[in-house]
Amino acid sequence: MEQQMITSTLEYLPGRTIKTHLGIVQGSTVRAKHLGRDIAAGLKNIVGGELKGYSELLSEAREEAFQRMIRQAEAKGANAVLNVRFTTSSVTQGASEILAYGSAVVAE
Amino acid sequence: MEAVFNFFGLSLVVFLLVLGYGFGRLAEARHYRSIRRREEAFSDLIIVCCKTVPESLPAGGSQMVRGSVVVSIDYFKHFVAGLRMIFGGRVHTYESLLDRGRREALLRMQAEARKLGATVIFNTRFETSSISKGGGRSIGCIEVLAYGTAILP
Repeated sequence: MEQQMITSTLEYLPGRTIKTHLGIVQGSTVRAKHLGRDIAAGLKNIVGGELKGYSELLSEAREEAFQRMIRQAEAKGANAVLNVRFTTSSVTQGASEILAYGSAVVAE
Repeated sequence: MEAVFNFFGLSLVVFLLVLGYGFGRLAEARHYRSIRRREEAFSDLIIVCCKTVPESLPAGGSQMVRGSVVVSIDYFKHFVAGLRMIFGGRVHTYESLLDRGRREALLRMQAEARKLGATVIFNTRFETSSISKGGGRSIGCIEVLAYGTAILP
């Protein structure tokens, strides 16, 4: 049973030492919002407030990007990913790319 | 015939403005009440932007936590902000939107950290993106993401 991957936004792991750096790992996904949600969001937009459909969509997309990053780190034989960052960029109107990246390391 | 259509269009805009003003204010007041209540409840879970964890803290491990939210502005505020663009200056209506988004995202991150049993979150970052920029009928909504590292006891 493999140990769970440690992820952190810090540059080191408190209380542990880093043995080797394995370079950058990244995971990304491009998502488009679908029409049904767009219409619902358009209606909701009249009164303002949270757009739950979009919140869920983006949170799923971010999880997907994050998992892809972790799989890449596993493939490299790492047991932790440090200094993780998220960025979002819109590719075309209505679709956005979500990227998660960090440094894969082996920690003891 | 055209006059009828014009009248219809105008009254629709007025109706939407009134609807946005009424419900938007109510929804915002309710959201702020809920934000303040939860901030009170989470006041013992400290959020830090520092990169280094002091030695004195017990470090039983660390885990990434995040929280995100998409909030949109109401029709009335969108309209008011549009008028503001003519004269320039502070756009209060968007300020409150961003403020709500940031605080909500932080609270969701704290909720996730609380589930893990953490008492402090280090190196917290914000990321804000506008979802529907461009486009003629663009709706003013933003996504705010807050993420950090929860230090487990």
